[in-house]
Amino acid sequence: MQHVSAVREPLVTGGKTLHDVTQDICYQVEAKPNIRWMAALSVALFFLGVFFYSVYRTVWYGIGEWGLNKTVNWAWDITNFVWWVGIGHAGTLISAVLLLFRQKWRSSINRAAEAMTIFAVICAAMFPVLHMGRPWLAYWVFPFQNTFGSLWVNFNSPLLWDVFAISTYFTVSLVFWYIGLIPDFASIRDRAKGTIAKFSYSMLSFGWKGSAKAWSRYETVSLILAGVSTPLVLSVHTIVSMDFATSVVPGWHTTIFPPYFVAGAIFSGFAMVLTLMLITRVVFRLEDYITLEHIALMNKIMMVTGSIVGVAYITEFFIAWYSQVEFEQYAFINRATGPYWWAYASMMTCNVITPQLVWFRRVRYSIPLTFILSIIVNIGMWFERFVIIVTSLHRDYLPSSWAMFSPSIIDIGLYLGTLGLFFTLFLLFAKFFPVINMAEVKTILKYTVDNGPTYNPQKAAHAHAPQPAIGAPASAPITYNKHD
Amino acid sequence: MTKRFAVGIFEDEDVLLNAVENIRAAGVKIYDVFSPYPVHGIDDALGIERSRLPIAAFFFGMTGLAFALWLQIYMLGFDWPMIIGGKPHIALPAFIPVAFELTVFFTCHGMAITFFTIQGLYPRPKVPVMDVRATDDKFVMAIELDETSSQFSRLTQLLRENGASEVNQKEMTNN
Repeated sequence: MQHVSAVREPLVTGGKTLHDVTQDICYQVEAKPNIRWMAALSVALFFLGVFFYSVYRTVWYGIGEWGLNKTVNWAWDITNFVWWVGIGHAGTLISAVLLLFRQKWRSSINRAAEAMTIFAVICAAMFPVLHMGRPWLAYWVFPFQNTFGSLWVNFNSPLLWDVFAISTYFTVSLVFWYIGLIPDFASIRDRAKGTIAKFSYSMLSFGWKGSAKAWSRYETVSLILAGVSTPLVLSVHTIVSMDFATSVVPGWHTTIFPPYFVAGAIFSGFAMVLTLMLITRVVFRLEDYITLEHIALMNKIMMVTGSIVGVAYITEFFIAWYSQVEFEQYAFINRATGPYWWAYASMMTCNVITPQLVWFRRVRYSIPLTFILSIIVNIGMWFERFVIIVTSLHRDYLPSSWAMFSPSIIDIGLYLGTLGLFFTLFLLFAKFFPVINMAEVKTILKYTVDNGPTYNPQKAAHAHAPQPAIGAPASAPITYNKHD
Repeated sequence: MTKRFAVGIFEDEDVLLNAVENIRAAGVKIYDVFSPYPVHGIDDALGIERSRLPIAAFFFGMTGLAFALWLQIYMLGFDWPMIIGGKPHIALPAFIPVAFELTVFFTCHGMAITFFTIQGLYPRPKVPVMDVRATDDKFVMAIELDETSSQFSRLTQLLRENGASEVNQKEMTNN
């Protein structure tokens, strides 16, 4: 029996039954890959090739292949690292924070968003590891006794905190994501026809049967994982921001960085979720699951975090002036008017001005405009990291060592390459894994048209042209069940 | 060991919930209920006790915290003390991030391992299920049968009366 509300939009449209959900989501996994998917994958694989070539050059010839110099010793690599980590944050935010806040609309998007998190963190991790110059010694960052005796890693260093934060974040996200996937793998397994499919999905489903006790424990585990992941998300980008904030470089040495970076991460993460979801819903025909309402809600989060970021930019300026430290003041004036003014202007336009368009309902509910906006925000957030890193470094305390930075072809190749890596992984995920959490969508299906307080049933009856209940005549009066 | 089950198929979660209550009230022991998604209220109806996993999670977290503090204090404070940036050897504020991360790490992985272990979840090539539709759109109730021949027909009637759309007999090995 479906219920109708006059005050809330339906979470899943199209009057789906439980079986329809399984059918719609499994279709993609079971069907032969379509031509658009193949085309997208070949483009992604090309850029993956670019990635491997750039990694080969970097590792074989050393990071002299990059455009770094003595003054600007961090540039595109760490910009890309922070950008990718930021993108990852929306996934955990959707799966953990919105779960704790009982936001049911997260159900349709959390799976893909978490996958995005994992792939984004993989891309992010590439940069610091390659920046080491000798990536085969990367295990030195772990507290591992070295050959000289018991000389340990330095736990006072924010760069080491990063190691712990990123590895914890990656593994925790992976576990959270996989536990969510298990019941859906079981659904695919029980429908699978081919021997290989049956075998692989049996292995992947870990023998899940959906018994009541298992579901009870599953929900407990999900809730606790959400509870520990929520502060984890905030801590990861806070620690990334401390890489900068604990230094004495003017332009980095600011206490506003942790909240500002976290807001920026959510901002760029939601932009990336929107970009991916808008493509996914069209390619896989999931318009009934990822509705306009979902897009509008994500747009609103993007607007709020975008405004927080805008406030942070202004606060930084204010504090630089208010602190009366002339190095700080110079760093910020140099950012806005110095040789990298164009990067600063792009950042301000993309991150502060454009998201304000979301205030208009017409923009919020428009698919093409949202798509363009999400791309603009992604570009803007990349420039934000570039501005923070390069403009602060290129003119430090000592004018004699001032220098400019320009990226080498390998820098560009590595960045485009990680995009290739990301999209390759995402496309493979979308083909072989269920992109929408079936089990979770099924829980909201019965109350898909929300059964909250309906103050005007008559209006409600006309509001959404209610679906006739299964097995009931079309003219049956709307009934409310015990949850009302 | 092979066991025989009476397997009732239900179309709706509310019907299932009522059926669980009525069948338990009739003195029949339910072996298990399988559903495509968590049915809320079924824990009470089936008499499933509240999971103690949160307590386990707390202890895993505390283990992680203790381990992280020991790791940092022992390594930088005792085993190889170094003065870094004029900070004391045991610079507790600087140890907070790693201590926090390891607390989360231990909680999450400890929970996941415990969940997989107590639930008996591990990769296996073949999964015996009561009814394949239990992971799609049907709610499945399984009742174990003993050797009396009339039991199945009595259970069929009971399940039908409580809204089962279909009752099957199923033999399962090692379930």
